[in-house]
Amino acid sequence: MGVSIQVTNLNAWYGANHTLQDINLNIPANHATALIGPSGCGKSTFVRCLNRMHETNPVARVTGSVRMGGMDIYADTTPVEIRRRVGMVFQRPNPFPTMSIYDNVAAGLKLNGYSNRRALDEIVEKTLRNSALWDEVKDDLKKKSGASLSGGQQQRLCIARALAVDPEVLLMDEPASALDPVSTSKIEDLIFQLKAQYTIVIVTHNMQQAARVAENTGFFLNGRMVEFDSTHKIFTNPSDKRTEDYITGRFG
Amino acid sequence: MSTLRSPFRSRMRALTDHAVTGLAILATLIVVTPLIAIFAYLVVKGAVSLNWAFFTQVPKPVGEPGGGMANAIVGSALLLGVASLIGVPIGIGAGIFLAEFGRGTRLANAVRFTADVLNGVPSIVMGLAIYALIVVPQGHFSAFSGSVALGIMMIPTVCRTTEEMLLMVPHAVREAALGLGVPNWRSALSITVKTASPGIITGCMLAFARVAGETAPLLFTALGNEFWSSSLNQPIAALPLQIYEYALSPYDDWHRLAWAGALVLILLIVLSVALVRYVTSRGVLKGAS
Repeated sequence: MGVSIQVTNLNAWYGANHTLQDINLNIPANHATALIGPSGCGKSTFVRCLNRMHETNPVARVTGSVRMGGMDIYADTTPVEIRRRVGMVFQRPNPFPTMSIYDNVAAGLKLNGYSNRRALDEIVEKTLRNSALWDEVKDDLKKKSGASLSGGQQQRLCIARALAVDPEVLLMDEPASALDPVSTSKIEDLIFQLKAQYTIVIVTHNMQQAARVAENTGFFLNGRMVEFDSTHKIFTNPSDKRTEDYITGRFG
Repeated sequence: MSTLRSPFRSRMRALTDHAVTGLAILATLIVVTPLIAIFAYLVVKGAVSLNWAFFTQVPKPVGEPGGGMANAIVGSALLLGVASLIGVPIGIGAGIFLAEFGRGTRLANAVRFTADVLNGVPSIVMGLAIYALIVVPQGHFSAFSGSVALGIMMIPTVCRTTEEMLLMVPHAVREAALGLGVPNWRSALSITVKTASPGIITGCMLAFARVAGETAPLLFTALGNEFWSSSLNQPIAALPLQIYEYALSPYDDWHRLAWAGALVLILLIVLSVALVRYVTSRGVLKGAS
């Protein structure tokens, strides 16, 4: 099951660059939450702070607190531990090129020492079904490399890979921006189904996409969160002038 | 009509295209010609002396016809095998350190600098150094000391190619592993190294092929041997040493044997490289890049 996320006074830097400033936000469990805003507004940095990927950059720094299910992920746990509980799907599909489809899905478990073969088979099938990829790859599971799939299939493979470690939260950083419309709609259908089991945070440049998949939407601008509300309200009656300017296409 | 579309322009473009293609083909031919010429010459000169005895018999004393280089073939295989056991793990380990764990540290810079210097050390100097460090204290020449000399010569090539191949692995692949909650060291060993493994293997084969033909480091270490020996503690024959000795001799039949030895040395290198490539490519999946 998904958990809710409470973000308090989150600040993030890349070197001297203050990329996130005083973010306060409550993300409800088992909902999809969209983050929109122009390029460079900090929305990607924000999701990377939710699984502590931000700090893998040597010049990066974070202050503030992020609580998930009552635990402060910056104080009470390690980056490795939290990344097993918070899955991430990246902008460009990034399957492991030398691994088979099966091994890609099983990678998170296998690399963490899990080796029960029958259980792995079951998990691989279940997560590939959950990612709507099973029927397309079931005959080539161990024969073909993850890199041999089409872009849309690769991205669903990456979703399966993230789901296989059974996370509570799924972060998606523009998961469909490199995909064609058919693949995009498959990913969106998937997000719709997945939020029954996971808390989903999705960064997107595509406002229609935010409107289609997310109950709540946050608007980021210049490292600050300008507005956070139900998606319906953000797109029909935003309280902030800057949000309205952005969604009506006056800038960005 | 714009100038870019004038018929003269387009004819010039086609001409330049042909000229550049022609130059590239010419350069390729110049690169391949010496290779083919050397190989053809070796076959012409060496093939006549190649017979069953060459592979099964040890050298005969001067004046007696026949004899072979069986001991030198086995000796070379043993020397190179032990050298690879020394050079490959150390080289790959150091390369992984440089690319994954030591990036930007002073130790890494020192290691990289040392490897480059080591790569530039003349092979005769390597032989002398091992002579002083192993042969003199032990009191006798040995196959082991020869292997150490060759093994150390392999390290810099293996180390730097490993580092470069690891650095070529896309950042996205590392992020994918870290994002799954895989610890840093595990991601480096199981994901990055695995992804880079075809390039790393090529680096090891290059190093292997390079030292396989080395004579100078063996002169003061493995020494050479006219008789059967497969002991690491005894002087041992090696193809390059045997070729060197026979080619310098005043006897015509020894000259012919030297040509045959050179041909066999090249064939052995090509065979072992091909074998490693075949074995390591069998596990590769469809569509893996």
